[in-house]
Amino acid sequence: MGIEAGLTSDGFLTTTIDTVIAWARKNSVWPMPMGISCCAIEMMSAVDPKYDMSRFGSEVMRFSPRQSDLMIVAGTVTYKMAKVVRKIYDQMPDPKWVIAMGACTSTGGMYRSYSVVQGIDQFLPVDVYAAGCPPRPENLINALMEIQNIISKTRARDYPDKPLVQFDLNKN
Amino acid sequence: MEFKELIVEKIRSAFNGALSGVNEYRGDLSLTVDSGKIAAICKFLKEDSELNFNMCEDVTAIDQATHTNRFTLVYHIYSLENKFRLRLKTNIEAEMTDTVTGIWQSANWYEREVFDMYGIKFHNHPDLRRIYMPEEFEYHPLRKEFPVLGIPGSIPLPKK
Repeated sequence: MGIEAGLTSDGFLTTTIDTVIAWARKNSVWPMPMGISCCAIEMMSAVDPKYDMSRFGSEVMRFSPRQSDLMIVAGTVTYKMAKVVRKIYDQMPDPKWVIAMGACTSTGGMYRSYSVVQGIDQFLPVDVYAAGCPPRPENLINALMEIQNIISKTRARDYPDKPLVQFDLNKN
Repeated sequence: MEFKELIVEKIRSAFNGALSGVNEYRGDLSLTVDSGKIAAICKFLKEDSELNFNMCEDVTAIDQATHTNRFTLVYHIYSLENKFRLRLKTNIEAEMTDTVTGIWQSANWYEREVFDMYGIKFHNHPDLRRIYMPEEFEYHPLRKEFPVLGIPGSIPLPKK
């Protein structure tokens, strides 16, 4: 119809910048492996040749938070570790997403204990929870695909430039 | 004389009346001793040339949840030369006892753990700080009155 019909017949495709950016982002998710305990072993399996997470464009595990946009929290988070996890999350550039992998991370799991945080959503904005103890690699890949669904619906204007953290020099 | 009998005999003769109980179960020897003498007995067990208990494997405590003599301290010590492991138990009246760090350096962290988990203080300990819990934490988790899920808000979480 109208201009679209003319453009497509001439070999053009019309789209929005948001769609293109989201498409590029979702097919190149760089995870930050926050491997704290046994779930990390399954996370390693998910990138091995048998399961091969790189089929979804997500094989570049970055151990530097500054180069990644997805944090996979894999393992039991204690109250002492919570501060570290939050600090690393804060170092990741926007936009960023979080997978809570496994029962411990999502709810505290079998550790109904004074030392374990009963779910990391108490201090992190979690996008996808992966069930299991530990989740199978397929389940982690499923969680990644859910993240990709979320990313494909994002728009560039959802992430406006945030001001840098303002430090009050007189205070410290 | 068997080695077990030798230990008991030597402590009996060196510390008159400090040894209040001898128990053997499946080859494990447990001695119950007077709490005031614990450091002296440990020093003796280490320095005696025949006994030579030169390794402290563990120091831990038991909360008996009683009104008097609430805590029991348990020491596991080992003699590498004689290949023998000995358990020492002592009931302490106050929440305080003497350190054995001066005798075995390895007791340093074990005693910090006991302090962290039970709140038992050790006289003359070189560095009595918490070892597991955050330093600003106010409670002692392995005491019987401490709830399993902890006290809400006692350990701060980062803001969401």
